[in-house]
Amino acid sequence: MNGWASISGTDWGMNGHWPICSVWLLLFTPLGAATLIALFAQKSKWASATLSIGAVLVSFALSLRLFLLFVLKGIAHRPHPIHWLVIGKTVNIEFGMTTDSLAMLMLLVVTGVGAAIHIYSLGYMKGDPGFSRYFACLSLFTFSMLGIVISSNFIQMFIFWELVGLSSYLLIGFWFEKPSAAEAGKKAFMVTRIGDFGMMLGILLLWSYAGTFNFIELQQKVPTLGLSSGTLALIGALIFCGAVGKSAQFPLHVWLPDAMEGPTPVSALIHAATMVAAGVYMLCRVSWLILPSATASELIAWIGGFTALMAATIAIAQNDIKRILAYSTLSQLGYMVMAVGLGGTTPAMFHLTMHAFFKALLFLGAGSVILAMHHEQDIWKMGGLWKKIPITFWTFLIGAVALAGVPPLSGFYSKDEILLLAFERNHVLFVMATAAAFLTAYYIGREVFVVFLGKPRDQHAYDHAHESPLVMTLPLIFLAVLSIIAGWYSKVPDFLGPPREAEHHSLLLTAGLIAVPLLGFLTAAKIYWKAQPSDAPVKAALGKLWTLVENKYYVDELYHWIVKYIQGTIAIVCDVFDRWILQRLGIGGLSVGTGLLGKTTRLLQTGSISGYAFLIGLGVTVIIYYVVVR
Amino acid sequence: MTSALTLNHYLVVSGLLFALGIAGVIIRRNVLVIYMALEMNLNAANLALVAFSKFNKIVDGQILVFFIIAIAAAEVAVGLAIIVALYRRKQTVSVDELTTMRL
Repeated sequence: MNGWASISGTDWGMNGHWPICSVWLLLFTPLGAATLIALFAQKSKWASATLSIGAVLVSFALSLRLFLLFVLKGIAHRPHPIHWLVIGKTVNIEFGMTTDSLAMLMLLVVTGVGAAIHIYSLGYMKGDPGFSRYFACLSLFTFSMLGIVISSNFIQMFIFWELVGLSSYLLIGFWFEKPSAAEAGKKAFMVTRIGDFGMMLGILLLWSYAGTFNFIELQQKVPTLGLSSGTLALIGALIFCGAVGKSAQFPLHVWLPDAMEGPTPVSALIHAATMVAAGVYMLCRVSWLILPSATASELIAWIGGFTALMAATIAIAQNDIKRILAYSTLSQLGYMVMAVGLGGTTPAMFHLTMHAFFKALLFLGAGSVILAMHHEQDIWKMGGLWKKIPITFWTFLIGAVALAGVPPLSGFYSKDEILLLAFERNHVLFVMATAAAFLTAYYIGREVFVVFLGKPRDQHAYDHAHESPLVMTLPLIFLAVLSIIAGWYSKVPDFLGPPREAEHHSLLLTAGLIAVPLLGFLTAAKIYWKAQPSDAPVKAALGKLWTLVENKYYVDELYHWIVKYIQGTIAIVCDVFDRWILQRLGIGGLSVGTGLLGKTTRLLQTGSISGYAFLIGLGVTVIIYYVVVR
Repeated sequence: MTSALTLNHYLVVSGLLFALGIAGVIIRRNVLVIYMALEMNLNAANLALVAFSKFNKIVDGQILVFFIIAIAAAEVAVGLAIIVALYRRKQTVSVDELTTMRL
């Protein structure tokens, strides 16, 4: 059952045209900015930055207005859909808008966090030769992401889904002169494409039964179709494939850590706060399709839970300041996906929102550290930085504590919801998620202690470290404040739908859930809070296991092997078939045959009239002979 | 000896005439002579038509012959004009040298 609040008796914007315009404007302003920058402002850095930041601020203001109108006055503006693609009587694809509570929350997250990151980029990308291109891509991304959020049907969502993939590709490979960045962009694009292919199959399969792409129509129609549980599970699983790709769940998680090759604000915006959350958002949007199928939701919950734990274990052994955060993102997305699979779309969206705040904060903080260290990303070359970059340190610490889920910060409330849900529904998953929660606190504690505390290990870099300019610290502070207080606004879950039947949990469970992250922090502090921290004690304790997680369970190597040997063999067979059978025998044979035929018949055409006359005479004689004599 | 001139006699003469015409077209090299040989073919056909008409007592064949003669006259006018034009350009009327369509 979909519980997203949307006011019945929707005001269709009949009381004036401004509200309708404002919703469309919200979507198209960033596209306009991207176009203008690409066409006219390539030369002027300030013009492009102003356009891009202005556009996202306009979108933010309009989202806020929409939200306030909805909350205060109960007015939901929903513009009439534009009939876009009508093929016969069977296919009717419209370009519509969804403005229910789910979409509005997501709009606020995307534009709000997006605005902070746009402004931060101003400082981070300063002096980059591709400054204008960067902002054009950023605006294009914002447009695509908003498109996913407001989509009213599957096709529209899929189009924006791919547009988001494209802008992600452009931004990951932003420093394309660096081979690793170009490779990472390509990898992200292709790996997510695998998931998108499944999603497309799911959409088409659903359409073949229901005959419509529209979410609202589908929601009413699907329960009446009497689909078998197998079909329903298949559709659910195929559509989930899209989320697996975009939200980087196991087994398609490999692209996200590599995507850290992009500029850090991009990692914050796309690979922490918004795009990777699109998969979770999509699952929540179509929860009425997935949840009725026990098999599909079971699959989703297990994949989510597994990813949460697996990514958390990998994160404890990484040495790159951004990669730790990338695996943390995987893990947190796993939580959200698990929550959706367990039937808790509201906790999933709640955690998505909170995660957007504190993970964007962490990434931006990491960006600030990287800039201070002159593009050094290895945490073992840092240390003791808290004195040099205090604002970054304190905001990063707030983000870390929020991520770990220590009360009273935002992460606690949302993660708590998910853990309690898991406790009610599935105890194995609950244990896995709790273990992941412990590891979360541990790895983020490790990062904080190694990067900011202890003695500086690279004295030269330490001496030259400097606090980032105001354009970068202000977004940090803004997001830090949100990370602290957002969880207190307990209306967020209520806003999304009717409150869940809260079971009464024992005090012991609640206390345990508070203790787990603290325990994680303490463990990390015990090992890493010293002048010269090192991984050695953990390495010794874990033995072979450490090598395993340090190498990310060799998933990349496995995929590499599969691509090299299995896909490579198929490619060779196809190549031989193509080159020798099709090209040489098929097309080559046809051309050589035609040539030979031409050469032979040309001999007959001598130009001698006598010759022709002789042949004609001969022919006539032969015909007469056949007709008369036989 | 009574008149034993049957249809077959006429047809044999017509066939010989036609064979002679074909032979002329094939063997001779001069365009003008080839042209005359072609006319002979037409007249072989005419002879056969007249013979059939006379022996079958149907006048249609003879009417057809008039058409053939009229059209042959027109054809001669066009054909000779082409040959004259060809000669002016190529300075020859031998088919051995007129082997290309290109002028």
